[in-house]
Amino acid sequence: MITVHNLTKTYGEQTVLNIEHLEIPKGQSFGLVGNNGAGKTTLFSLLLDLIQPSTGHIINNEVQVDQSEAWKPFTSAFIDESFLIGYLTPEEYFYFIGELRGRNKADVDALLAGFDDFFHGEILGQKKYLRDLSKGNQKKVGIVASFIGNPEVVILDEPFANLDPTTQIRLKGIIKDLAAKEDVTVLVSSHDLIHVTEVCERIVVLNKGEIVKDLHTSAETMKELEAFFAG
Amino acid sequence: MLKHFIGLQWKSFFRSASFKTEIWFKILMALGALYFIAVFLGMGVGAYFIIEKLDIGDPLRVVNQFIIYYLAFDLVFRYMLQKMPVTNIKPLLYLPIDKTKVVNFSLGKTVISFFNVAHAFFFVPFSIVLLAQGYPPIQVIGWHLALMALIYCNNFLNVMVNNKNSVFYVFAVLFLLAGASQYYQWFDITMYTQPIFDLFYDIPWTAIIPWLVLVGLYYGAFTYFKKHMYLDGGLAKKQTEAKTENLEWLDRFGNLGTFLKNDIKLIKRNKRSRTAVLMGFFFIFYGLLFFTGSIEVYDGPFWKIFAGIFVTGGFLFSFGQYVPSWDSSYYPLMMSQNIKYREYLSSKWYLVIIATIISTFLATFYLYFGWEAYAAVLVGGIYNIGINSYLVLWGGAYVKTPIELTSNKKAFGDKQAFNAKTLLLTLPKMVLPILIYAIGHFLIGPVAGYIFVAVFGLLGFIFKERVFTMIEGIYKKEKYKTLQAYKQK
Repeated sequence: MITVHNLTKTYGEQTVLNIEHLEIPKGQSFGLVGNNGAGKTTLFSLLLDLIQPSTGHIINNEVQVDQSEAWKPFTSAFIDESFLIGYLTPEEYFYFIGELRGRNKADVDALLAGFDDFFHGEILGQKKYLRDLSKGNQKKVGIVASFIGNPEVVILDEPFANLDPTTQIRLKGIIKDLAAKEDVTVLVSSHDLIHVTEVCERIVVLNKGEIVKDLHTSAETMKELEAFFAG
Repeated sequence: MLKHFIGLQWKSFFRSASFKTEIWFKILMALGALYFIAVFLGMGVGAYFIIEKLDIGDPLRVVNQFIIYYLAFDLVFRYMLQKMPVTNIKPLLYLPIDKTKVVNFSLGKTVISFFNVAHAFFFVPFSIVLLAQGYPPIQVIGWHLALMALIYCNNFLNVMVNNKNSVFYVFAVLFLLAGASQYYQWFDITMYTQPIFDLFYDIPWTAIIPWLVLVGLYYGAFTYFKKHMYLDGGLAKKQTEAKTENLEWLDRFGNLGTFLKNDIKLIKRNKRSRTAVLMGFFFIFYGLLFFTGSIEVYDGPFWKIFAGIFVTGGFLFSFGQYVPSWDSSYYPLMMSQNIKYREYLSSKWYLVIIATIISTFLATFYLYFGWEAYAAVLVGGIYNIGINSYLVLWGGAYVKTPIELTSNKKAFGDKQAFNAKTLLLTLPKMVLPILIYAIGHFLIGPVAGYIFVAVFGLLGFIFKERVFTMIEGIYKKEKYKTLQAYKQK
């Protein structure tokens, strides 16, 4: 589904990302871990054509992302709060995204109904604009919005950060369900090794912009990761 | 302690992102500032002689009569534009600094604000002229000091009523009513206020009264501020109850409707954009300066076109100028969602066009000044739709200042973002139609001039698709730079 070729990103002298080759097959749940500055968000931003690669390119479902915009209809993401429109209510935001993705209100409502638990009564019908919601609740909105319109590729940057424990557990369930679908490729980055090993079938470790480990998740994965990050 | 505060202030000024503009912009900005200073100085010096020439009484008394409007207008102006001194207080709260010091500094800072200092450029030369004309020094000084105190009273009044919209609107309506009833001679408020200002001159020691009021207001502002210096008090963000709006009637426009819906919410729900629309609305009345012949230099034929462009283009200039910065806080979303640039730009274009058409209708009252006045407005509207709407979108691709929607900061150029940049981009939009008109005017006659400008506007309309393709290309090219710039709040 996603292929990365000789991808580098340099700022001045500093190379922040350098990936020779990476292949993510369709339907895989892909986890990205690494310390601050490892290049996780840079990779995701490149995938979404929010920054330009210094060399190389990314192919998303046969579309080169920095050349054509044809990847947009089947790709969705939540990176940070700059993906939210502060002056809309959550409902309005969901409908807006829905309209962009060719879903009418009824479709969106049906999808939202499945997330009642996850929202915990703090999102819908609150008479609040997104900018006035707490960080955690904003995140819930952004994550659910990225599921609208049956995207084939879902990119979530640090989805577990800022969420309360109950929500984290529920989110794990949601991502697992999503990953279980044959045709949905999920890309998740996280600082939380436990969550990511639980959710993803494959884990890639980035360090200073380079891939240092590429693991198929198994019982030993957690130990291996802990050993790596303990230094 | 003061040293630290001033140091912080210094850094926040010189390190602000907008300060790092190109050098020639800075030079032009300095020239612009000098120009305004010169205008104010000229007014200060000239006011006396102009009133004398008009022969409507003792210049000082005439000024005293109307000064109430001056002060009221100042207050309205401040309310809309002067920033509250709360910024940067938060990080100081938990540090071992006496709260009274923080408050005193924040309030003290407002004393040297542009909104206070600007008045000196009028009052100081005016007072000097009075002295030169042989008015008794003690009395002039008393009057001068009294007015200075009143200007500062406004400053602290504004600090206290800031963000209390209800108070503001009541005041603004009273102010407008007073002005209107004076104009139509129903009721003359100045009859009651003039004696007060005369008093400061006639009995100079009474100047102490406004100073006492000022001290009282400062104390009031101080206690108010100190009491509200909590995260959930005065420093909290104002939350308004949100209402979900569907605006389903826009659905029939398909994707365009989706964006238009969003833009309407953007305008309605954010302070910054509301101010822009309000400013655009006031532009409609800007033409009065030209068509009533109240200002002599504006009587030339070309100024009519200039006025026409401004009258109908208020929204175009105040809102359109900042596309796509209105969406700066969620630009990454817009760039990664299933959105075509052309649709996005079209929706903004339609918004500008609709607003221009509405302005043109609202400006029908210019017919009162003769058909030529309205012809200028109409032609200006056509030109705005046909040419300026593109220029504005085009220019927007290069204006990469992120906009903070919830505050009025930078709405009209506070010192950290003097908007000369956008003002400069306005010039070609104004000069070109005047030139076109001039060609018609001198070759054939005024009517031909109007027709020329209108034809030019219509031509622009025909080439819409081509121009859009070009603008789209520029936006795409600038995309990464724009994303980068919006990140730096």
